[in-house]
Amino acid sequence: MFWQKVIGMARSFVGLDKPGDRGPQEGLSSRAILVFHHTSEVIRAEELLKSANIPVMVKGPPPELRTGCDLVIEFALTSQLEVARLLDDARLQPLQVLPLQNLLLEPVSLYHVKDFGDFLMVRAANMKITVDKRDRRIVNVSGGGCPDVPYLAESLVGKTLEEAPPPRTLGHTLCGYALQLAYEELVRRCAG
Amino acid sequence: MRWLIVGTVPRDDFPLYEGPCRPASGRLQLGVHSVAVKRGTPALLAAACSAAETLGVAPPEVLLAGDIGRGQGSARIYEHLTRSFEFSSVDLMVFHYLQPDVDWHNRVYMAMEEKETWPLLIADAGFMYVAKMSGFAESYDLFTPDVGEMAFLADEEAPHPFYTRGFILQEEERAPELIARAYAHGNAARNLLVKGSCDLVASRDGILERICDPVVEAMEPIGGTGDTLTGLVSALVAAGHSIVRSCALAARANRLMGALADPTPAFSVADLLPSLPQALTRALSEKKP
Repeated sequence: MFWQKVIGMARSFVGLDKPGDRGPQEGLSSRAILVFHHTSEVIRAEELLKSANIPVMVKGPPPELRTGCDLVIEFALTSQLEVARLLDDARLQPLQVLPLQNLLLEPVSLYHVKDFGDFLMVRAANMKITVDKRDRRIVNVSGGGCPDVPYLAESLVGKTLEEAPPPRTLGHTLCGYALQLAYEELVRRCAG
Repeated sequence: MRWLIVGTVPRDDFPLYEGPCRPASGRLQLGVHSVAVKRGTPALLAAACSAAETLGVAPPEVLLAGDIGRGQGSARIYEHLTRSFEFSSVDLMVFHYLQPDVDWHNRVYMAMEEKETWPLLIADAGFMYVAKMSGFAESYDLFTPDVGEMAFLADEEAPHPFYTRGFILQEEERAPELIARAYAHGNAARNLLVKGSCDLVASRDGILERICDPVVEAMEPIGGTGDTLTGLVSALVAAGHSIVRSCALAARANRLMGALADPTPAFSVADLLPSLPQALTRALSEKKP
């Protein structure tokens, strides 16, 4: 599944040089690039993302990445979840999703699990989700700072793991992305 | 003191709203709009209004828009702040769940910079992220991160808590090191209230207060308890307490609120809020150690 692939790619980020064409601290650390195999895919993806009002720019890739397409799409990391969903829906699969960063960035790879007896909480990065083990009902979502968090919480709390929509289908930001990881871990732990 | 809370409501259909905020039967009345108090900015507002009443100060005014994460509501707020907001008319501004956008942040910052007098500035949630990302963190009076967000502030390269290098969960003992690093790189506000198993009040001088009691384990999973803490500290600042004292009192009162409500992890923040007046009154009556 493409979603799994995006998460897998996010876990294998590599570093790139800073072009140094941005403001004080924004640098390139808040941006990322999508690398596709074919230029036509870049063009389709650019059109798709722009039509969804996601600001993107088509750029030439750095030398280290000139293995596939000679164009990459630059976008804001905060919209990664929405970008991934739109591309998934359009069956557009980037070869890589990379943060524009001169230092290695490690996305969350550890989960913190806390057992409250009847309740189980899983935390991924800054997001936590808690389920009632007795009926598999999601009782709380906490953490995170982007505006989709309260919306996601309202959409998930009170529903069982079977009824609840996966956060990736509703979220738009990295907080939503982190919640998806926590949700997947919770589903995995509650499977048996 | 005139104080303003700026944030979002998790609804697509909620318009830009600037005006008073009134608690009503467990909900918030915002002009003609009624909003549920569950978490996020409505939880902050409910706590701030309740605390203001207990403290005998005027309730906050609010600037809100509906946003479910697409950023349109946040953009309406940013635009309003840059085009038609009179920053010198308020004494305290609290920024909360807004879509992080460095460009919009800097436009708001420049609009403030044009004024002779600045309000006190508190930032939490998404706006704290963007205040750090912008490089202007030191212009803020207070950030209220949790321990994970503290690691993000400490990492001068991290664009978001999700990508914080060396993000190791539950390493609260590293908080002093993270705080020092955030200040060393100019990525912290003048004061920090770091939320964790012990809440820490810090500045460039180090950790000033440590609030660890009472311990209410079930508070951690409950969404909105960080929002109520920010609401409490904002109301205390609005009542004239110093920022450091406000942080310590708010942390103590938020914990007492949890202890009084005796929650399970299935509680909502709305179940805790009725205990806030008693908790705050008790925290205020305690002698400063």
